[in-house]
Amino acid sequence: MPKALNLAELKAKANEIRKLIIRITTEAGSGHPTSSLSATDVVTALYFGGFMKYDPANPKDPGRDRFILSKGHACPVLYSAMAEAGYFSVDDIMTLRKLGSPWEGHPNMKRLPGIEASTGSLGQGLSIGIGHALAGRMDNAGYHVYVMLGDGESGEGQVWEAFAAADKYKLGNLTAIIDRNGYQQTGATEDVLDLGDLAGKINSFGWHVQTIDGNQMEEVVDALGAARDVKDQPTAIVANTRKGYGILPVLETTGDLNFHGKPLPEDLAEKALAHLSG
Amino acid sequence: MPACSIETPAGFGGLFRRKTTMYLGETAGLTLGKATRDAFGETLCELGGKRPEIVTVDADVGNSTRTEPFALEHPGRAFNVGIAESNMVSIAGGLAACGKIPVVASFACFLLDNAFDQIRMSVAFPEMNVKLVGSHAGISIGEDGPSQMGIEDVALACSLPGVTVVVPSDAACTAAATRAVIEHQGPTYLRVGRGKVADIYTDGIEFELGKAITLRDGGHATIIANGLMVAGALDAAATLAEEGHDVRVLDMHTVKPVDEAAVAAAARETGAIVVAEEHLHHGGLGSVVAQTAAALAPVPMEFVDVGDVYAESGDPAGLLEKYGLTSERIVEAVRRVVGRK
Repeated sequence: MPKALNLAELKAKANEIRKLIIRITTEAGSGHPTSSLSATDVVTALYFGGFMKYDPANPKDPGRDRFILSKGHACPVLYSAMAEAGYFSVDDIMTLRKLGSPWEGHPNMKRLPGIEASTGSLGQGLSIGIGHALAGRMDNAGYHVYVMLGDGESGEGQVWEAFAAADKYKLGNLTAIIDRNGYQQTGATEDVLDLGDLAGKINSFGWHVQTIDGNQMEEVVDALGAARDVKDQPTAIVANTRKGYGILPVLETTGDLNFHGKPLPEDLAEKALAHLSG
Repeated sequence: MPACSIETPAGFGGLFRRKTTMYLGETAGLTLGKATRDAFGETLCELGGKRPEIVTVDADVGNSTRTEPFALEHPGRAFNVGIAESNMVSIAGGLAACGKIPVVASFACFLLDNAFDQIRMSVAFPEMNVKLVGSHAGISIGEDGPSQMGIEDVALACSLPGVTVVVPSDAACTAAATRAVIEHQGPTYLRVGRGKVADIYTDGIEFELGKAITLRDGGHATIIANGLMVAGALDAAATLAEEGHDVRVLDMHTVKPVDEAAVAAAARETGAIVVAEEHLHHGGLGSVVAQTAAALAPVPMEFVDVGDVYAESGDPAGLLEKYGLTSERIVEAVRRVVGRK
């Protein structure tokens, strides 16, 4: 288990990861930086807050905790966190989306040890996580499975099949985190497909649910700790976030607060990096 | 009765009521045996005691697909996730990532058609060691009708890189195929049927994935078949033999990777090929054999299959007759193809 950072250190780490997200997507010339930025605090807490046990030198360790990024388009945050954790280098992830690079546009577990699932077709990660959780229980392996989903992704019916099945098997070793950043490809989630009381709906499926501000590290750390302590039912954290959190003033100058599926042009990237350094 | 034993009742499946022959394979002197789904279920149950990594994931049709005996023997290793095929397949992907050997069985149509993207992304693309099993394949399921008939499944499964696709012809072939796919490292699709079929391998079987079995030899033409239609091919060969024409019959149980050497040899040595399968015309065994022959040794070919239509409800034998899956149609196809040599 890597050493747990304290709150101040976690916030600084999240800031470094945000800078990497901007740098690698701008270098790639494509990608989903804002979808990554909303999720950065949760991913940072998981990898550096003492919640996940993992060893970058032994990524197949059967006892490792699992993190599955079901919203695979946000992989810049995963690659950046894993580079900070020592799975690979910053130079490596600068090859994001380039021909021949295993740091593909969506996670590909065949090419990158430490990636737990090949995602990108939305809706499948929670089910895959159930498979890991069931296997862990059968083998008494003691690991915990974390799955991050998007709020737009939660329009997929399979997500709700998975919520129901995890309740049936009382998977206390499974935690779903919904990165509720409020936007999907063409607009606000409320306008495209309003999921309303998402926390209440998941709770009605038999899950322990917490709702937090997912961009406030204190709340993220507290919620992950509380989820870990629940042993007899699956746990969900509805993390209310802002898409592009960390560089919102820069995005505001573009008039596009969704800024979905496109990198920052170089001039804006410089402003964003300056903002994050300021 | 042994714990793993299953028996589909008589009257299910491919019994012909309207003709002088009663079932595919009768003209060739074969006797009616088990349904291939029964042979699959029994073998799976037996393997379950030897291979603790085997688990099943079911969408509430285990008593139809015959994973039920395994589930009763190994309740802690059998997961019925309800009527949710997408979830079923992706859960299997996760289990496989942790070293389990998940056997995922449903009706062929619901497994391949409903959960195709989950098979693509949770199984095929990450090369997960998941064993897909589609039961109730073909139109011979009968009265339940077209919504339950898996006739696109082989085409869909073959389209996925790295997936081995197996369509066994009888109980012994299915038992051997079940063992082979469990031993194979990588994603597989095994197709089984609902009704009783003729026993072909009464004297044992030498089964190897990707290797066709020569059931009869001859130089007049070659019939390449799989599943239920292997028995029909043997009927056709028997009829043609009475006329003095010896045809080669290949049981092409593995559609992917297909036995290219056997196809090329059949083309070169017999000069004409008929493909018979209980599947739609496009994308099944016929397409695979035609692509292979076209590349290696082009010869005239004919195809006996469901065509480019959906079938209907009805008794299995009547359906097989109406939609052209009979020994007589194979004989006619052989005559046509030989005329084109």
